[in-house]
Amino acid sequence: MKRHLWPLAIFLVVVGFLGVGLGLKPRDVPSPLVNRPMPSFSLPTLEQPERTLGPQDLRGQVYLINVWASWCTACQAEHPLLVDLARAGVVPIYGLNYKDGREDALRWLGQHGNPYKQSISDTAGLVGLDLGVYGVPETYVVDRDGVIRHKHTGALTMDVVRETLLPLLGQLDG
Amino acid sequence: MAKTFFRMRWWRGGAALLLTLLFGVAMAREATPSAADPALEARVMALAEELRCLVCQNETIAASNAELAVDLRQQIRQQLTQGRSPDDIMGYMTARYGDFVRYKPPLRAGTVLLWLGPFVLLLLGGVLLWRQLRQQHGASDPTGLSEADRQRAQQLLEGHTP
Repeated sequence: MKRHLWPLAIFLVVVGFLGVGLGLKPRDVPSPLVNRPMPSFSLPTLEQPERTLGPQDLRGQVYLINVWASWCTACQAEHPLLVDLARAGVVPIYGLNYKDGREDALRWLGQHGNPYKQSISDTAGLVGLDLGVYGVPETYVVDRDGVIRHKHTGALTMDVVRETLLPLLGQLDG
Repeated sequence: MAKTFFRMRWWRGGAALLLTLLFGVAMAREATPSAADPALEARVMALAEELRCLVCQNETIAASNAELAVDLRQQIRQQLTQGRSPDDIMGYMTARYGDFVRYKPPLRAGTVLLWLGPFVLLLLGGVLLWRQLRQQHGASDPTGLSEADRQRAQQLLEGHTP
């Protein structure tokens, strides 16, 4: 009788693995940059191209870097959330305008709202490369010492903000 | 009239097949940029085939047409031109994208199960099969009939009344 239970046992084990597997998100690639310093760069800002900006200018504050582009449809899904966060003054948000045209980018911000203190123009995508950007949008949380503490790939959702970002920001601020 | 119709059908089929083959061949290779240096391109592709495209995650960046793949191939080309070694370039990629960007996962404590798992399962299956076969071979009589009953069954089957 024990022999007849083996197929059932094996089946249950396989189903167990399947259940766990279905809950995972294989497209999310863990970033090796978490807990490493922001790679340094200096790029023109979107609004005022004659001025440059980089992480060295942002030391001393906790901030978000949100990678976005006017051609990115998923960015539209998270944008209202970013606008709300900015309006509430929760945390300064800087934009990394990734592989985009300046006019398209400005027009898009005009249409959808501008949550960013400033946006940095990464037209060639080289800073994105240094940040390990592989899909837009992506959001990085950076602490006062310029260390990346978290990376979120894909559009931000209210759940992510509530369960991950806000607690982390609370930790970093205190 | 029937003959003309037949010939037309053959022609269309042949033309369709020819076009398919032509386009199939044309798409087998992605458009190479101004390959001023075929030797360099060969080295770029050799490296590109060892890196995963993170957009189309089952493809290498050699095969993928995603914009990120094009960008990364360009990075490889630039770095090879600057004289960096393939090991350096692999290190550059994994520093930014993590181990997952290597198309073949490195053999490490965390990936031992991934590499050896299939062989372990195969071995396990083989052992179970062997034991099963041995049992069947060893069993004297699967049906459990006594000798007398067996003879009676035989007679019945052959149509004799016992």
